Amino acid sequence: MKPAAFEYHAPKTIDEAIELLSQHAPNDGRILAGGQSLVPTMAFRLARPTHLIDINNITDLNTIRIEGDALHIGATVRHAQFHEPVCDGVLGHLLTDVVKNIAHYPIRQRGTFCGSIAHSDPASEWCMVSATLDATMVAANKTGERLIPAAEFFETVMTTSLEQEELLREVRIPLLSDDTVYGFEEFNRRAGDFAISMTLVTYRQKNGTIIDPHIGIGGAEDRPRRIKEAENVLTGQAPDSEVFLKAAKIAAETIDPMEDHTTNAQYRRDLTATLVQRALEKTKL
Amino acid sequence: MSNKTDIGLTINDRKCTVSVDPRWTLADVIRDHCGQTGTHLGCEHGICGACTVLVEDTPVRSCLMFGIQADGKKIRTVEGLAKGDEYHPLQKAFMENHALQCGYCTPGFLMLAAGILESQPDISDEDLDEVLSSNLCRCTGYANIVKAVRSARDEMKTAS
Repeated sequence: MKPAAFEYHAPKTIDEAIELLSQHAPNDGRILAGGQSLVPTMAFRLARPTHLIDINNITDLNTIRIEGDALHIGATVRHAQFHEPVCDGVLGHLLTDVVKNIAHYPIRQRGTFCGSIAHSDPASEWCMVSATLDATMVAANKTGERLIPAAEFFETVMTTSLEQEELLREVRIPLLSDDTVYGFEEFNRRAGDFAISMTLVTYRQKNGTIIDPHIGIGGAEDRPRRIKEAENVLTGQAPDSEVFLKAAKIAAETIDPMEDHTTNAQYRRDLTATLVQRALEKTKL
Repeated sequence: MSNKTDIGLTINDRKCTVSVDPRWTLADVIRDHCGQTGTHLGCEHGICGACTVLVEDTPVRSCLMFGIQADGKKIRTVEGLAKGDEYHPLQKAFMENHALQCGYCTPGFLMLAAGILESQPDISDEDLDEVLSSNLCRCTGYANIVKAVRSARDEMKTAS
């Protein structure tokens, strides 16, 4: 249970980090952010990076700010920073509601938002939030930056469209207008465990009917994503229990659930239907 | 590959200079090279919480941080809780409430609780339960640990 040997780098600037990454990524050099997922995999020797580029000393990455109509979350912003709302309005509250479900208190003191996104565990709350709210990932390499929409970022279990020489410098989440309502639901067997399924739903209303619905599912499939088929059920309808139930059913039918030794696909499907329904009901509270 | 680097950290107000291999976890550095063996390693992959210590007064799992990352940092372990012969209110509460049996997980629970009670002295019972769910204990069934930490919280509030 001891990590294999590696060389350690602690750059002070983003440019330095990117330079080191481009140099060492071809030989399995990796970024070390909070380390709450990477270090356990190294302890098991499932990962044996030859170089670790520790970005914790780069102050420019520890920033969280509103720019334009989005919340910009830098690469070393830790989960615990969301224990209190990081911004006014609905988004700040939503993130505070969600963060309590991420692992445990000490893990949240070290683990980072962007680290979770780059690690891309299907059961990651932040990955699901990013997919549901159409976040944008900012990937930086030696030649510059590119913006990756969440819908194109998460590919499958722990696999993203991030290139090995790219640093996930920032994640941008669109702010939510004050009339946005949301509901978050997660199910796991013990506090802090990985989600077996979870959902985030948001929508607004115009003349008593639903507009701009978002239904995201995480933990159930190999990656988090919005379920358009279920969102379409809501659009233009009055927010009542009957239509919620229908959307939940469609969401559960649409997904392609993962199976493991304790959870079969049908279980995850049933669970997802229940969670979506509960999350939608929460929007009326 | 084992290029050692000299780091300096403060453990329980004592300076400790160590030549570390980057792959050594903070837990290993604390135990094997700073001689503070009160910090216990259970699972070594961040599940059990036995190795919880305070880094800059914040509870973290010392098996999930490399020693080299603690350069210049202030570390507190279970050895630093008592003031001379006077036990910390948490230690007293653990004894009084029978909150330990084998004692293996105890240093981790104590440091987790010390960290949270310092930063949130008025923490609610419910929030405390959530925080204490971080660590595993295989003996007590948790009820007495929860009781002890609640009692220490109340004691520390009256004392301050």
